[in-house]
Amino acid sequence: MTPLLRLAGLAGILAAAPAAAVEYNAVLTDKSQVTFTSRQMNVPVDGLFKQFDAQVTFDPAKPEAGKAVVEIDLNSIDAGSDDANAEVKRKPWFDTQNFPTAKFVSTGVKALGNGRFEATGKMTIKGRTHDVVAPFTFRPSGSTGQFDGSFVVKRLQFAIGEGPWADTSTVADEVVIKFKFLVAAVQPAAAKK
Amino acid sequence: MNGTPTSYTSTAIALHWLIALLIFTLFPVGLYMVGLPLSPEKLRIYSYHKWTGVTIFLLVLLRLAWRLTHGAPPPAAMPPWQRRLAALSHGALYLLLLVIPLSGWVMSSALGVPVVYFGVLPLPDLVAKNKELGEVLKLVHASLNFTLAALVVVHAAAAVKHHLVDRDDVLVRMIPFLQPRIEKSR
Repeated sequence: MTPLLRLAGLAGILAAAPAAAVEYNAVLTDKSQVTFTSRQMNVPVDGLFKQFDAQVTFDPAKPEAGKAVVEIDLNSIDAGSDDANAEVKRKPWFDTQNFPTAKFVSTGVKALGNGRFEATGKMTIKGRTHDVVAPFTFRPSGSTGQFDGSFVVKRLQFAIGEGPWADTSTVADEVVIKFKFLVAAVQPAAAKK
Repeated sequence: MNGTPTSYTSTAIALHWLIALLIFTLFPVGLYMVGLPLSPEKLRIYSYHKWTGVTIFLLVLLRLAWRLTHGAPPPAAMPPWQRRLAALSHGALYLLLLVIPLSGWVMSSALGVPVVYFGVLPLPDLVAKNKELGEVLKLVHASLNFTLAALVVVHAAAAVKHHLVDRDDVLVRMIPFLQPRIEKSR
């Protein structure tokens, strides 16, 4: 074997090895974010949830074994203005007194190729549960990996904005949820021994 | 253009009154809407208000372009100080009619709500979202509007004074159906 070939072989092993062994499973919450964009009179208005709790386990070599549970504190919403923040916590919207959290539980992950994946799961808001499909990208960098994705939630499926607010010509039914999770890899127990 | 025109063109007159009608509508709507509790109605009225403001801005630009290319009739006979004051107040009116919509637009940007003209054409944000700046701009937008309202009152009072006291054709040339008056004053 020529030195060059040996080098190429070594590089190949190095490239393949971390992908097989590394499981990303410790979400760095302060470097992650959950934001959303609603449309009011066709005007995109951005907002975010300041508090959420996410548990993610993901091995890019075995994406189908990936799991995610995300719980969002709906009282931590910033919908763009003080008026809106007060309003969306009320009964016709999230009714945070009775339903303080929104929860996503993944049911499956599949690889779409090119660093793209798709998570399917159940989203529960205001006591109603619906299936959602969230495409995302995964980019490893050092000991952390970044998940970026977005999906559309139809707010009326979850009774978010009832009564006069159900009029979708004022506030659109579709709300785009965007997420960025920075997740650190913690060595699996077997590898530590 | 060949020389100074002796009267306003019907386009200039139409633009004057159209803009007057729009600001007479928009001013009370603005006062009314800020006190509304958050509701779909409030969101709708805010959008209509912004669309109308952008429309006024465009109409004023059109009007200035028209005036620059078509001219305006010479001022009526009056003391020089009055002429200077009239020119100054007209300049201020034009300026406010341009600055007020802009102040509303930049306020919208600062408050994180972009302006989408007629719900179709998104206008670029003039500044990044900044709540403190947004609060200051609310005050600026309101103050400019009250200044405009005061100037409009002076403007209308001056026109009426010209018509009733000076008995010249200042008001008549902006209100064509008062035309018979012109014959009498000539």
